[in-house]
This record gives sequence, C-alpha cells and structure tokens, in this order.
Amino acid sequence: MAKEDYKGIWVFAEQEHGVIEPTVFELLGKAQDLQAHNKEEIVAVLMGNDVDALAPELIARGANKVIVVNDPALAEYSARPYQAALTQLVEKYKPSILLYGATPLGRDLAPRLMITLDTGLTADAIDLGYDEDDVFYQTTPAYGGKILAHIVILEKRPQMATVHCKMFAPLEADPARTGEIVKETVQVEADPDYQVVEFVPDENVEVNIAASDVIVAGGRGIKSEDDLKKLQELADLFGGQVGVSRPLVDNGWMPHSRQIGQSGVTVTPRLMLNLAVSGSVQYTLGMQKAGCIVAVNTSADAPIFDFAHYGIVGDYKQFVPALIEELKNRKA
Amino acid sequence: MKILVFVKQVPDTDDVALDPKTGNLKREGVQSMLNPNDANAVECALQLKEKFGGTVCAISMGPPQASRTLKTVLGMGCDEAYLLSDRAFGGADTLATSYTLSKAAEKIGDYDLLLCGRLATDGDTAQTGPALAAWLGLPQITLASSLAVEDGWVICDRKLGDMRQRVKAKLPAVVTVTGDLNKPRYATAMGLMKAGKKPFFTWDAAAMEADTSKTGMPGSPSSTKGVFEPEKRTTDTKYLSGEMVDIVKELVDSLEAEHLL
Amino acid sequence: MDFKLTEQQEMIRDMVREFAEAEIKPLAKEVDEKHMFPVETVKKMQEMGLFGLAYPEEYGGSGAGQVAYMLAVEEIAKVCGTTSVILSASESLASWPIYKFGTEEQKQKWLVPQCKGEKLGAFALTEPAAGTDAAMQKSRAVLSEDGTYYTVNGSKIFITNAEYADYFIIFVMTNPELGTKGITAFVIDKDIEGLTISKPCNKMGICGSSTCELYFDNMKVPVENRLGAEGKGFGIAMMTLDGGRIGIAAQATGIALGAIEETVKYVNERVQFGKPLSKFQNTQFTLADMQTRADAAHLLMLRAAWAEEAGVPYTQFAARAKLFAAETASYVTNRAVQLFGGYGYTKDFPVERMMRDAKITEIYEGTSEVQRMVISGSVLAGKG
Repeated sequence: MAKEDYKGIWVFAEQEHGVIEPTVFELLGKAQDLQAHNKEEIVAVLMGNDVDALAPELIARGANKVIVVNDPALAEYSARPYQAALTQLVEKYKPSILLYGATPLGRDLAPRLMITLDTGLTADAIDLGYDEDDVFYQTTPAYGGKILAHIVILEKRPQMATVHCKMFAPLEADPARTGEIVKETVQVEADPDYQVVEFVPDENVEVNIAASDVIVAGGRGIKSEDDLKKLQELADLFGGQVGVSRPLVDNGWMPHSRQIGQSGVTVTPRLMLNLAVSGSVQYTLGMQKAGCIVAVNTSADAPIFDFAHYGIVGDYKQFVPALIEELKNRKA
Repeated sequence: MKILVFVKQVPDTDDVALDPKTGNLKREGVQSMLNPNDANAVECALQLKEKFGGTVCAISMGPPQASRTLKTVLGMGCDEAYLLSDRAFGGADTLATSYTLSKAAEKIGDYDLLLCGRLATDGDTAQTGPALAAWLGLPQITLASSLAVEDGWVICDRKLGDMRQRVKAKLPAVVTVTGDLNKPRYATAMGLMKAGKKPFFTWDAAAMEADTSKTGMPGSPSSTKGVFEPEKRTTDTKYLSGEMVDIVKELVDSLEAEHLL
Repeated sequence: MDFKLTEQQEMIRDMVREFAEAEIKPLAKEVDEKHMFPVETVKKMQEMGLFGLAYPEEYGGSGAGQVAYMLAVEEIAKVCGTTSVILSASESLASWPIYKFGTEEQKQKWLVPQCKGEKLGAFALTEPAAGTDAAMQKSRAVLSEDGTYYTVNGSKIFITNAEYADYFIIFVMTNPELGTKGITAFVIDKDIEGLTISKPCNKMGICGSSTCELYFDNMKVPVENRLGAEGKGFGIAMMTLDGGRIGIAAQATGIALGAIEETVKYVNERVQFGKPLSKFQNTQFTLADMQTRADAAHLLMLRAAWAEEAGVPYTQFAARAKLFAAETASYVTNRAVQLFGGYGYTKDFPVERMMRDAKITEIYEGTSEVQRMVISGSVLAGKG
C-alpha cells in the first residue's frame, strides 16, 4: 500500500483508572494545526475496559472520531496486550500519523508499536509540523537539550512520535463539538507474565531541584522563614521547586540540596524566578543557563539583572503575594 | 543466571556543540563515556551475579572505539563483552538498533534477564529497551528504580511522579533502569588489568545472521533532516514597572506567550 | 619514540579521573577547611586498587606500573592535594622500601596488605633538628643483649598519614658515631608499645593529610622488623625519596592542571568591561604560560616514571621533574588566583586552596634546594 493511502491523525488517548491523561488534550489541540495542513481526520484511540464514558470528552476536546476498545485484558495497562490491540487497529485503519504523550506509559508502549508496525518513532518531540518541503517533521531534543533535531519519517507509515507534555495548548472542552464514536473489538489476551503488584503514593519523594522545570529562588534578601513558605506556595502554583542562594543554607533555613550555585546545584529550568537574589558569580554560575530568567530585587544595580530576561526593581514582599493572586485568578 | 546488559558509549554532553560553520556536531575534543544509566544497569547485573551466581554479558553496538567502553565494564566485573560493529550498522535509528541488539541476544541465547539504561544521553530516546523487548517478544519493565529477582520473576518499583508502582514480570524479561536504582561501582585497577584477558567478541552482521536491510540506515524509517542549537535568548532585560498588580499581569501574559506556564 | 600511553594506562587514568571528579572534588573544600582526613575516600581508593597500582600481582598489586600510578596521583591532585599525598605517602614512601629491601615475611606482613588496601603506611625520616641534614638524627636504637630486639627512643616530625597509618617505616641511629652510615630502617605497627602520635600540626596547605609528630619512648622493636642491614637506613631513605619525588612531581603537576581547569571555567564566564575575561590578551597569554609549564612538568614527570618502570636510572629524572613541577605548581596557582582577582582570594573558589597546597611541593621529599644540589652535582660532573 502506498504511503499516500494512509490517512488520519491519530492520538493515543491514554487513560488509567478511568482518567484521561491531560496531555492527550494537548495532542488533540496540536492535531488541529496538523489537520489545517493535511485535511485528515483527527481520531482519538481509547483503550481500556468500560471506558465508553470517556469518549465524549475527547470529541469535546477536538477529536473528529473516537475509536473505543473495551476488553478485560486492557483494564489495566500492560505492554504486550496494549501493543497487540493498538497494532490491530492501526493495521485496520492505516492512519498516517500516530501521536502518544511522552508519559511513562506512552514511552513504554510506543517503541513496541514501532516493531510490530515496522515504522519510525520520534522520541519526546517538543514540536511538530510541516516543513518547506511539505514533510511532516518532529523537533526533538538530543544531548540533554543542547541540540535540537528535525526528524522525518519519509517512507513508512504511520509516522509516530511521543510528544513532550505541556508543549501545546489544549482546546477548551466544547460540548457543542460533534464527532463519531466507533466501537471496535480486538483479539487480545491478558499477559500472564506481567503483573502490577501495587500502586501507591511514593513515601520518599526526594527533592531534586536540578530536575525541576520551574524554580523559584530566594536570596540573601529574604527576611524570614515564613517568607520562604510563600515562595513554596508560589513554586507549587508553577509546579516547580524552591531553590536558594548560599546564605539561606548557611543560616540553616534550607538544606544544601536546594542550594543553587557553584558550590551547590547547577540548574537549567525552563523558567526561573530570582527573588531578593543579588547574583554573585558563585550563584550565577549555577543558573545562568536557565531558559527564562526573572529577577526581582530592590536594588537596580544588582548583578542578577544582567542575566534576567524580565526585571522588576521592587520588593519581593509585594511581588510574591501579587503573583500568587494573579496565578490563582487565572487558574480559577 | 545469565544476564545481558546493553551499554552504549556516548559523548560527554558537556562537550557537545555544533560547528557554527558546518552545522554538524563537533567531534573534536569530545570525550566519550559510558552512558550513565547503563552504568546503573551494569551495577545491577553485577549485584545479581554476586547474589545468584552466573554470567554477565555486556553488549554494545558501535564503532571499533566503543571497545573501550566494553573494556571498562569488564573492568567493573562483567564476564564477557560483545561489540557489534559493522559499517552496515551505521546511521541506525532505534528500530534498526534494537533489531541489531536483538540479533545479538538471540545468538548469545539462554538469557534470563536483559538490562538496559533508561535512556542514552546522546539520543535521549528511551526507546531501545522496550523495542528490544518487542523484537524478542518479551515482557518489559521500564523506569525501574528498584529491582529484585524472586522465583523466576523480576520485581521492580517505578517512580511515576509522586506515585510508586510495583510491578513484576516473568523471566526472561527486559528491564530499563533509572539512576535511582543504585550507585554504580568504579572499575578496579585489577579489573582493568584483567579486562584484556576476558572473552571479547566482535560481531558483524554476518556473525549474527542479521538482515542488513533491517540494520543501519536502510533499516531506519526515521532520519534526521537537520540539527540546530536552541535559540539563544538575548539577555536584554525587559524591565516591568508600574503598579505591582499590573507588573504581575504583564509578566504572566509574557510567560504564557512563551509557553512557560 | 612514542608519546602514547597504553590503553590500560589511559583506562586507569580515566577511571581515576571520573572517581576524582565525582567523589573527591566535592569533599576537597571540607577536607581543607576542617583539616579532615578523608577516611571514606581513602577506603574507596583502596577498594579500587589504587594503592597497589605500582606493585606486581604477587604482592597484592595490579601490576599496572609506575606510569599508571603517577597518572592516578596526578588526576587526584587536580581536585585535592591532600588526597593525592595520602596515596603517594603510603604507596611510594611506605611501600617501596619494603618491596625493595624487605624480607619475604616483611613483604607479606606489610606490603601485601598495603597494596590490597587493607593497611595504610607512613614514612618517618624527618626529625625536629634533622630535616635536610639527616645526619643530625637524634632517635636512637639500642640492640638488646640477647639480640632479639632494639630499644628505640626519640621522635619524628611532619609525618603524613600518621593518625591513620597502620604501620610506619622509621629511621633511627643505631651507631651515632658513623653519622648517616649509622642510620637503620625499621617497620613498626601502630599499636606498638612506646609509640605516641601527636595531634596533627596546623598547616598552610594539604590540611587533611594528618601530619603529626611521633614519639618513641623505650619502644621495643623486634629484630625481624629491621628493614635491611644495620647502617643501611640512610641509603634506603634516599633511594626511596628518589621514587617519592616522582609522586610529588605528579602531585604538583596535578595541582597546576587543576588550577588551569578552574581558571578556564572562570575566565569564560566572568564578564568585565562588557566581555568575558578570556577575551583579554592578558588572560590568554597568562593561560598560555600556565599551560605550557604544566605540560613540561607533566612530561618530565612521565619521563621519570617511565624510567623507573623500565629499570633505567631515574635519580636525576626524578629530581628535575620534582623541582620543575613544584615550582610550576606555585607559579600556575599564583597566576590562577591573580586571574580570578578578588574572588580568587576568597574561599568561595578553590584556587586559593590550590595555591596553598602547591607550596608544600617545593618543600617536602627534598626541598627545591636539595633538588638543585642533586642536579647540579650531575651537571658539574659533566654528566648532564
């Protein structure tokens, strides 16, 4: 079959325990852009057991069609049954594109499809689109993000990618959107050689600020431990972590694991807020490769402003509550 | 028990940069090293061997220079090394790579457990382990942060955000491990001196009866069309001023526009 | 002529480099500031077999050879001067004399466990009144009437590894009238009765190396602990120091290279007058001088190590390597602090520590003046 005969933008609608993984909606959002270019149908593939109730939301979020598969063998995620089920669907419908969220589950499953479908799979793409040659490409980071590459899958179909979470905006759920819900059956058996023993809250989550996408950092100018709690509240709203410069470790307010700088941790978050941090060389050596740097300091001469993309000459004590308020308002 | 551990020689990412003239990766002066997560896999294999006895076979696909990485893991205590090296393996994506590794696993045979690092720091794909499991038709556990073997099953914890999942797979199985699993040992001086005397096999496609239409560039559906460095932000500071309520509004708008929220 | 290291030498160097970066460097500041002997690090180095690099397998070593061993010392010194001297004091000074002059029993008792990493050694030659002038030794050993033991009285000063050593090689007068020809070497265990170890002295650099005084008070040392014949001690000490000097050359070279690494990192990041320091010609030329001298020191050190490994006379090679490397370490670290400016003078950056650590390499295991005596003697004799 010619590659031109493969049609459809498929999104693997990952769900566990009856909850759709939010990144699926981001993929459906991005799929609109792709559809504007290739005019193909956007299809969400929903697998599990007794998951019919989840289908309408996928349509409300931008899918033109939802393929639903219910099977007891798919009740809980397991690589081999899911691989078998999805392979059968792809072989039947022959989509041109198949996207997965780059979640632990997506990255567990997708490589196995690469084998059974004999096609390409781009890992953890941060962007998708069509290039000047009208070729579908995926942008993917390599070498820890120091290099970006455009990956293309020229001959094989479907063109598959796992896609980094939170890269694309989801559509607002709109119940007025309409679409088709198709029920499918597959031939699968539960995997007798794989079992989930337990799934529980992790009792020892360790702080690793280096792995955090967002860091709210406090410096020497932070006046009290109570103010640090405010920083934590702000970090929580961003889904990030609190870091500090050395003085706040020296005075015992924070453990060394949260210290940023030459003698602490080097961090490269996508977004970094520096509050009451002056910006000694010791400190900036540990954070200057951060993506977007915001600095708040009462002194306009503070060296931290040399590194900042956004600068606010002001008092963190006013800035922090105002920002918390603003973020809460937007979330609500 | 017989454990296959898959390792990769990667460039030290601190050294990685693009040549501004050619747009290609600079090769000169780039140190290579054992992929960090693979060191965790090797450590795990050696601990299992210490507990249960058996053989640890280290396998790497790469150019002849990758023999250095294999000798390093022999110096850590692995028993045998297999270097899969052939011009026909060049330019492989994860489909072709995992195929090649699966052919080596089949040829070595009799394996109980196959261990990989979660991902390699050069490609950052995390795909080779599960793809290898698929070629071999085996169950898999990815992202293992703990590993135990009991009664023919491998039991692992997986850290998933603030949740912890415990899963088990029947041997033989493929497990990909994270840096949380253990602290890899260093090679010893004695180990390195003896590494040269341990069994070391260099296999090409023919030695593994690998189909060269499935290896290297011909076996790779995906290809790299171009590489580039992430856009460097200017450090021209944009100062926000006025009332604090307006400042934070403007800031949040800007961050949203940059997809940073 | 081939300047290439063997694959095994490179692999051992790389392994030690990785270990030093990950395990030693993070502790270097604390070792310095708290004058802390890095017990855990030493244990890890012992487990990795670093203390047996220079010795053959039959004595518990790995047979990697002198060159590999010196590369290990150099790599460690790049990040921590203290840790490097702990290694070379035990592996060179406290082991080589036993390897060269010890009986088989003595080798089994001290050399083998040292190489295997079960015992740490120390070397005790210097006395309060006898530094370079070793003939002024005041420690005395008197043989018992039945000829089974010596009674030793006296003291030693500046003994590296002292509080953590399991055994010591000591040099004492058995016949004071003969001057240096009356000196005899012994090996003693740390728990021998009559041995007292002082608190460490408070030093300028290599602060964690546990440098103490030893006091011998009617210490009864069995005859079988005598290393070599009576009166041969001075010769043993001098020959031991020949090899030890290569270790100090490696240490000094490592300190210099470590300082250069830190400096390169800093001058690329630090901006003044709108550009990184590395864009100023003063920085560029200074770094060129630093690197060239460090490179020369490295080559001199490797020549000496190669000679010892190859069985070629190395006294002169060792003296020159030590002299040049030590002065290079002081020069390079001094320039490094200068390039760092005010930050270099603070304890926030490691170059001031490296500058302090460098100084000792001009002093111990034969001062630079002693090296000049050794070298000029050869030059004036027309031997080059």
